[in-house]
Amino acid sequence: MADYKALEDLVIQVRRDILRQVHKVNSGHPGGSLGCAEFFVALYNEIMERKDSFAMDGKDEDIFFLSNGHISPVFYSVLARSGYFPVEELNTFRLLNSRLQGHPTTHEGLPGVRIASGSLGQGISAAIGAALAKKLNNDNHIVYALCGDGELQEGQNWEAIMYAAGNSVDNLIVTVDLNGQQIDGSTDNVLPLGNVRAKFEAFGWDVLDIKEGNDLKAIIPGMQKAKERTGNGKPVCVLLHTVMGNGVDFMMHTHDWHGKAPNDEQLENALSQNPVTLGDY
Amino acid sequence: MKKYTDSGKKDTRSGFGDGLTELGKKNKDVVALCADLTGSLKMDDFKKNHPERFFQVGIAEANMIGMAAGMTIGGKIPFTGTFANFSTGRVYDQIRQSVAYSGKNVKICASHAGLTLGEDGATHQILEDIGLMKMLPGMTVINTCDYNQTKAATIAIADYEGPVYLRFGRPKVANFTPEDQNFQIGKAVQLQEGTDVTIIATGHLVWEALQAAETLNEKGIKADVINIHTIKPLDDDAILKSVKKTGCVVTAEEHNFLGGLGESVARLLSTQHPAPQEFIATQDTFGESGTPEQLMEKYGLNASAIVNAVNRVIARK
Ligand SMILES: Cc1ncc(C[n+]2csc(CCOP(=O)(O)OP(=O)(O)O)c2C)c(N)n1
Ligand SMILES: [Mg+2]
Repeated sequence: MADYKALEDLVIQVRRDILRQVHKVNSGHPGGSLGCAEFFVALYNEIMERKDSFAMDGKDEDIFFLSNGHISPVFYSVLARSGYFPVEELNTFRLLNSRLQGHPTTHEGLPGVRIASGSLGQGISAAIGAALAKKLNNDNHIVYALCGDGELQEGQNWEAIMYAAGNSVDNLIVTVDLNGQQIDGSTDNVLPLGNVRAKFEAFGWDVLDIKEGNDLKAIIPGMQKAKERTGNGKPVCVLLHTVMGNGVDFMMHTHDWHGKAPNDEQLENALSQNPVTLGDY
Repeated sequence: MKKYTDSGKKDTRSGFGDGLTELGKKNKDVVALCADLTGSLKMDDFKKNHPERFFQVGIAEANMIGMAAGMTIGGKIPFTGTFANFSTGRVYDQIRQSVAYSGKNVKICASHAGLTLGEDGATHQILEDIGLMKMLPGMTVINTCDYNQTKAATIAIADYEGPVYLRFGRPKVANFTPEDQNFQIGKAVQLQEGTDVTIIATGHLVWEALQAAETLNEKGIKADVINIHTIKPLDDDAILKSVKKTGCVVTAEEHNFLGGLGESVARLLSTQHPAPQEFIATQDTFGESGTPEQLMEKYGLNASAIVNAVNRVIARK
């Protein structure tokens, strides 16, 4: 049984990390990051079977790919707090000569990152490749990927989605951050996604919804169920219904904070809604 | 020496947006397409004024280029807008087959080019786009230097029949070219007259070249400064005339030295009038996160780097 109190504390600390990273350099993407804080905390602490130290080849462990690379602040925070690199390094986010680039990269060798992302629409393909490599290696572990909902507008996703089902890549769990928002507005206003569940199903995927995508008590059992559904001949898709900007009242339910940092006052307000739990970096 | 003054820092992408607004009023055939970056590309005004001629395609650049190519068949003049990386590398074959090879009148308008995109980092900082685009037969390649020039170029390319790649940037930079300039595609702009060295610059490096020329002037070195806003077709005559006078050249661009303006100039000179050349450009590397100024300093793309390159090239004469 998960220690929900400890995980909740971690979520709050991750929110603080996200806000403080983007505020310091006045750039970066808080909205999507906040919306996925619970998911990342659950994934790295309760769901993935992973080794403590980082090896690029990810052999004999579950591995994760972030396709929507702009939500790097949440990724970096959870990687650091999972022990992949010192949490103090979050101080260097987006600075010159940092390993914590605006979008995740392997170029500077940041532990925890296995491929660059940022240009949208490429992560599912990479995850399929890694999943096939696992099969070839007789490595019975799962490959996870996360992508944005706006990101699904990129055609490459659907090439990948078709491939994975057509070739029974069933050691793969792709989660879609269904927050209904992107840069220019809601996904409905920019380019309607239609029925995402029906689309994945029509392509041959096994689809699960996590309706409360910001509730650890829904995410953890939901992802466990997704895990149980692997190995049955179909790739698994999790539709994670989240609120963009979750945990900071003035950032919630809007695309306004997709890629905008809070000013000093806004930061103070946002942090006061999320008081220190584990300690700031 | 001519004096150039900054009338107030402005971003070149706003020059594009304001040019597009003007085009919207005067040319009913101009249509605009954007891939979920309307604000970043400053296309909001066009969208507001002409909702029926604005097409939000979502995050789907390949489809955007294909749709734009199709619209030309109905006589429309499509302007596509997204970041430079997603305008070129992301959609190279769509541009190659549906636009360039098919000879379609599409204007590919690309913001956030080069290192000055800043903190987003290398995934977004394309330094290869000039090369990609200039290699396509029939493609016109323009990289403007300030707000006024970008606005003028945006308006000018609507009157030109054929595919165009228009490259501009994110940060606010000096605005020093005339507001009422007559933008001529393929025509170099002579900014300073000198006899010791030719500095040929494009994009954000043009202002840096002017600053470098002032520093050099104080040391008694007279530089010919040429603004090459059109990298293809290159103004061969202007370059040859200058280098015949000065005997050496420094090229300056916010781009990889492979495939950029410098290589085009080197090709011209090696066949017509060989002369020593130094390249101010990135050295076959990806960029990284940082502020625009920090990055231009680290990668050697500013006035002081140009001054050093001039000293090196003069010594090689
Ligand atoms: C290929 C590509 N096109 C455009 C962009 C610019 N961009 C960055 S994030 C984003 C919106 C993404 O929407 P979504 O996936 O829903 O993420 P969210 O805004 O919910 O975090 C866009 C258009 C990009 N990074 N890559
Ligand atoms: Mg979204």
